[in-house]
Amino acid sequence: MKALIFSILGILTLQSASAQIDSTLLRRKPKDTTGNLLNMDAVYNRPFLSVARMPVALGGYAEANWQHLGTNGISEGHQFQMRRVSLFIASGISKRIKFLSEIEFEDGAKEISVEFAALDMEFHPLFNLRGGIVLNPIGAFNQNHDGPKWEFIDRPVAATELLPATWNNAGFGIYGKKFQKNWVFAYEAYLTNGFNDKIIDNKQGRTSLPAAKENTDRFEESFNGMPLITAKAAIRNSKIAEIGISYMGGVYNKFADDGITLDKKRRVDVVAIDMNATLPKLNTFINGEWAWVTVDVPTTYIQQYARKQQGGFIDLVQPIYKKALLGFEQSVISAACRLEYVDWNVGKFTATGGNIADNVFAIVPALSWRPNKQTVIRLNYKYCWQQDLLGNPPAKTAGFQAGFATYF
Amino acid sequence: MKKSFLLLTIGISLVLSCQKTEPSIPIDNNTLDGPVDGLTTSEKLQFLRGDAAFNNQIFTKETGLGPLFVASSCGSCHAGDGKGHPFTTLTRFGQTDSSGNKFLATGAPQLQNCAIPGYEPEQVPAGASSSKFTPPANTGMGYLDAVSDDDIVAMADPNDANGDGISGVANWISLKSYLIPRTGSLVNNGRHIGRFGKKSGAYDLLQQTAGAYNQDMGITSTYEPFDTYSGVAIAPEVSNQTLSDVVFYLKTLKAPVQRNGGNTAVIKGKELFNQINCAKCHIPELKTGYSPIGALNKKTFYPYTDLLLHDMGSGLDDGYTEGNAKTYEWRTPALWGLGLSKNSQGGTYYLLHDGRATSIEQAILLHGGEATDSRNRYNGLSDAEKQHLIQFLESL
Ligand code: HEC
Ligand code: HEC
Repeated sequence: MKALIFSILGILTLQSASAQIDSTLLRRKPKDTTGNLLNMDAVYNRPFLSVARMPVALGGYAEANWQHLGTNGISEGHQFQMRRVSLFIASGISKRIKFLSEIEFEDGAKEISVEFAALDMEFHPLFNLRGGIVLNPIGAFNQNHDGPKWEFIDRPVAATELLPATWNNAGFGIYGKKFQKNWVFAYEAYLTNGFNDKIIDNKQGRTSLPAAKENTDRFEESFNGMPLITAKAAIRNSKIAEIGISYMGGVYNKFADDGITLDKKRRVDVVAIDMNATLPKLNTFINGEWAWVTVDVPTTYIQQYARKQQGGFIDLVQPIYKKALLGFEQSVISAACRLEYVDWNVGKFTATGGNIADNVFAIVPALSWRPNKQTVIRLNYKYCWQQDLLGNPPAKTAGFQAGFATYF
Repeated sequence: MKKSFLLLTIGISLVLSCQKTEPSIPIDNNTLDGPVDGLTTSEKLQFLRGDAAFNNQIFTKETGLGPLFVASSCGSCHAGDGKGHPFTTLTRFGQTDSSGNKFLATGAPQLQNCAIPGYEPEQVPAGASSSKFTPPANTGMGYLDAVSDDDIVAMADPNDANGDGISGVANWISLKSYLIPRTGSLVNNGRHIGRFGKKSGAYDLLQQTAGAYNQDMGITSTYEPFDTYSGVAIAPEVSNQTLSDVVFYLKTLKAPVQRNGGNTAVIKGKELFNQINCAKCHIPELKTGYSPIGALNKKTFYPYTDLLLHDMGSGLDDGYTEGNAKTYEWRTPALWGLGLSKNSQGGTYYLLHDGRATSIEQAILLHGGEATDSRNRYNGLSDAEKQHLIQFLESL
């Protein structure tokens, strides 16, 4: 925990904000690069800016892009998108109590959400409390989702359309960490509000954990009074790799109302593994994640809503030119490639015994230029094949995307 | 410096050539969706609205799905406007002759075999006979809709006056109160000619559409206001505007276009098709009468159907029927688009009314009744001739 940039936030008195900010008062706290940080530390592993002696540190990131994609010869044309702007506000209330929040504005300001807003109390490296709106630690992307960390403009399909990134909920939990030589072991476990029956009753027409996010009441009211359990353990050797295994599960249906039993309790359970490693010598960064979802769907419902789903992605990032460029001292140019796959319906048709498709496969070669540590300019070419339920000839979507993401 | 310049140039040239790097449009003839040529702009806009409602509107509990249903959107049964799959094949039950359906009180005619959580789906009651219906393609419906009743009756030969063993009949059905008959619609004992559905049980595309919303998805409208679960008339869950857009969409979906029509095998196959009397029921050429949609008005088109019911023999008799049709009678299905069926059926053919035939040849061999002679002639063809005939059918 000591390593976290956060503990440096010992600023004491509040100053009345002056009309104009004098930039010499702004101090940039770079993000931690000690190599001890895990995916689950992502919310704290961000560059923050402290303003003179204000007790809070500020930060944020933004991403914008252009794209021209076409599906089976039909294109939406040129699209310019400001996908999101996120603001972080962190404050070290005392040495071992801190508060961090992230407020996200998506697609202009069509969606404004409190992505994360939690109070942390540190007791012992292995035992700390966190409560508020937390990011459920399922897989790695959900917590480690800041645009500037990735070489790809689109978030992985498996993270946003299989798992519900960013998936946050009101709740409480514990977390801790242990260091030993090159090893770090860490865990997190939370009880939060959870899913609802939108996951099998939605406009997507398929079992969809992300559909549960349509219920924004989840920050104040649990759909069925049953907590969602999310737990993750991760282990990292600073010379080899990080591996995380996570679980999230709970009851998603309204099994009783007003004391009257309506249905049996139906569960949704998710298991995910994530790993990342940097190959020695080559410096190739490999980062991947895979998740399995099982949902107890009533047998009298349509097979379109799956009982099992799975999917994941793997990113390969190869730095190819790491020298000062155009006056940017820390410039790095990388070539990258993402492979991703999601099967939204793992199973067979009862009517024919044939495979239920409903899947997508995509390959995304990319070039990125990081003029400094905070900013990435990226060019992606995406090609994806999406099959409907019946496995008819796939819809092919492809095209270029270019844009930037930066912390500020 | 040079390198960054190079990257920039590559980047810009890629961007400028973007269309070339995107998947190309499938050849028009290989797909079933898309409008007929010659629509006006306002017609095109209505087509697009109907397209969205048909293909993209997936119903949920909140938007009215069920409580009892078979599927949650038109597109889930008619993928890409093509034929459907056994997964969404529906079951009807309860009627054996023209005296009507005896099981209306227990959910007939259509079995809603799915239910939203908390409800029990229907089951076919003991003693009721039933038949399965695989979703047909929805292409070229506007042309079929615009054929005049006079033309349909002219193709019929109820008493087999010409002695060829083939006697198509029309299904005379009673008109739903909300339907307005087409100009020139024939009336027989107060009944009208049905032409949609496998038993010709539906008069027009509005009946088909309002009925599908209601029976297939549990969505009520002012036309079909009764909830299939409670039997109570409830507030409409789909607007008349949407219904009319969907009907317009169905009317203006283009007709499938033949592929490889000039291929010699295909040409030979077409001759055989006529020679062995397939064309006596699957009539190649029809024409539309008057249509307010200019693109459909007085046009010649090639559906390979006579829109009439035929006795197809005991093999295809499921003991269930609609209107005045007999249990062994089926409406000749249009054969246009046949070769594209697999693209919407998940790679396998599911032909005939219930999808029991998994190849074209199997479908032919299951023809009986009035088509027995034609089937026997098919059996008498050489292997090469059979191949030509099938290649012709696949080109449709
Ligand atoms: C559960 C699957 C299912 C759904 C959902 C469904 N259909 Fe159908 N559709 C069928 C079947 C099966 C038939 C054949 C019915 C018959 O023969 O009576 C059919 C027939 C049709 C026909 C007549 C085709 C012909 O050749 O006569 C039209 C038009 C049609 N559907 C339109 C629609 C529209 C519009 C919707 C949505 C409002 C819809 N369908 C929803 C299964 C479905
Ligand atoms: C007596 C009229 C009649 C004749 C003659 C006839 N058919 Fe048919 N055909 C039908 C009917 C009616 C059906 C639908 C039966 C059903 O759905 O169970 C049908 C179905 C088919 C189908 C399946 C279409 C589908 O969409 O599922 C094919 C293919 C076909 N016929 C081809 C032929 C060929 C080839 C011949 C000549 C050898 C032929 N038919 C002769 C009336 C006829």
